[in-house]
Amino acid sequence: MNEFVAYLTVFVLAMWVGIEVITKVPPSLHTPLTSGSNAVSGITILGAMISAGAMVTIWTTTLGFLATVLATVNVVGGFLVTYRMLQMFRKRG
Amino acid sequence: MPELPSWMLVVSLFAQTEEAAAVDTVPVETHPLINLAYLLAAVLFIFTFKFLSHPRTATRGNILGVLGMLIAVGATLAMPGIINTGYITIAIGLGLGAAIGAGLALKIEMTAMPQMVGLLNGFGGGASFLVAGANLHENLKASDASLLTPWNQSILATGLSGLIGGVTLAGSLIAFAKLQEIQAFRKPISFPAHQAFNAILALLALICVLGLGANPSWFVLYWALILLAGILGIMLTLPIGGADMPVVICLLNSYSGLAAAATGFVLRNNALVISGSLVGASGLILTKIMCKAMNRSLPNVLFGVMAADDGGASADDVYEGKVKSAGPEELAMIFDGARRVVVVPGYGMAVAQAQHAVRDLMNLLESRDAEVLFGIHPVAGRMPGHMNVLLAEAEIPYEKMIEMDAINPTFPETDIVLVIGANDVVNPVARTDPKSPIAGMPILEVDKARNVIVVKRSLSPGFAGIPNPLFAADNTLMYFGDGKKAILDLVSAIKES
Repeated sequence: MNEFVAYLTVFVLAMWVGIEVITKVPPSLHTPLTSGSNAVSGITILGAMISAGAMVTIWTTTLGFLATVLATVNVVGGFLVTYRMLQMFRKRG
Repeated sequence: MPELPSWMLVVSLFAQTEEAAAVDTVPVETHPLINLAYLLAAVLFIFTFKFLSHPRTATRGNILGVLGMLIAVGATLAMPGIINTGYITIAIGLGLGAAIGAGLALKIEMTAMPQMVGLLNGFGGGASFLVAGANLHENLKASDASLLTPWNQSILATGLSGLIGGVTLAGSLIAFAKLQEIQAFRKPISFPAHQAFNAILALLALICVLGLGANPSWFVLYWALILLAGILGIMLTLPIGGADMPVVICLLNSYSGLAAAATGFVLRNNALVISGSLVGASGLILTKIMCKAMNRSLPNVLFGVMAADDGGASADDVYEGKVKSAGPEELAMIFDGARRVVVVPGYGMAVAQAQHAVRDLMNLLESRDAEVLFGIHPVAGRMPGHMNVLLAEAEIPYEKMIEMDAINPTFPETDIVLVIGANDVVNPVARTDPKSPIAGMPILEVDKARNVIVVKRSLSPGFAGIPNPLFAADNTLMYFGDGKKAILDLVSAIKES
């Protein structure tokens, strides 16, 4: 139970930090914010790689492999498309 | 833990991999160095969002995000038990995902950005429930029976991850289909007893979560849960109309983060918990902003149908004999003496591909010493901030894009407002008629400007389906035609005058 509360503490505090930081993002940058957060939510790539690499059964490896593909699409696609958009804002901004 | 120089810790990491190879379970204790790397990655993600507060620093933030992800992935690959066995599987997965992601990111049109984000939201949710599922099956094979204790943190979080992840994946695919304007999904779809059916689905899903909590070895419940959550995600998204898609995209964005956080509770991994909650917070904030911009509550967007037009003025009453239209030559004369021009773009401008023509008009007017600004409503475009991206792509400077609250007080001193492809967001009825479906919605108060020019194909209503008295106002001239051609004609007429 204590362990759960420890993770819950991290969750609540991180949510708080997120709200404080993200409220300051101007509306003009909300689309890059969304695509950037897509990339960050691809953090499940960590768990995906662990399952894909642990080779416990063929089934867990398949699930891990699929998750690795999906999460990598998020990470690479998210960061790259955000970069593309931000470059346009910088061109004359 | 004994005091060791850091290089020895690194060496010991590799030493441990040999032992781990013999055991066929996932290491439960993560090495402190790896956890420190995760912490560093999480801090870098916070900076990613912090630097997004200004376009000047935003690119730097994005690069820090990439760095954070590389550190987290690198640390995970250094974890005992992975690199020596399944690295080929991991490498293929990473390569395939990177190729698809890069292809999408480089090819996508800026007008299609909401679809891209929608798809990525879904993939994030999908990845999360797949990881939670894989972990469940690994625990079934593990020699450590304590992993299957009823009601432990991991199994409850597995249920939550499955529920949120399943809803996110299926809901996002429907949102994608709607945004892509695939014919079958264009209109809101609802069935008799739709809400009751959804309630039953949600209840069944909850029973699966609790059943799994009580009997962690009944993995069938998990996959039944995914199926139920998927159907629920579809049923929740189908009845939502096109105008409300920005809210849905934000909400699903939030869910994809919460699913990742739930998976963090499953794996006892703080990197996932922190990153997931950051994304969850971001999506929630955007959802709130979008709802406020439409003056609707979240439950109303999700479960309510937009109020039908009851007793409001009919199109004939509003427009009959009052609408004045003009051609490019006539309008060119008005532009002749204009000092301050505000362009109010809507998604219609992007559909007509008129952004570049509008930029040419801006350059022409500026060369004649007029000030040109852009007034952006929060729901202009199809997702938060979408209009700014579309204008930035047409090389319209960032400083010229002004938020609604900042531009509204300046309309009385504005010579010309050029409305192009926008309708409901400039409808004064929102201010004047409390019975209107858009009553109370914050609008751009363009009717207060000296002259209003509305570029539009016809007098057809916007998403809200109500007539717009602005079109019949004394200071308004309608300029009928296709957005792009209309602006190009206007530009040449101004040049000739």
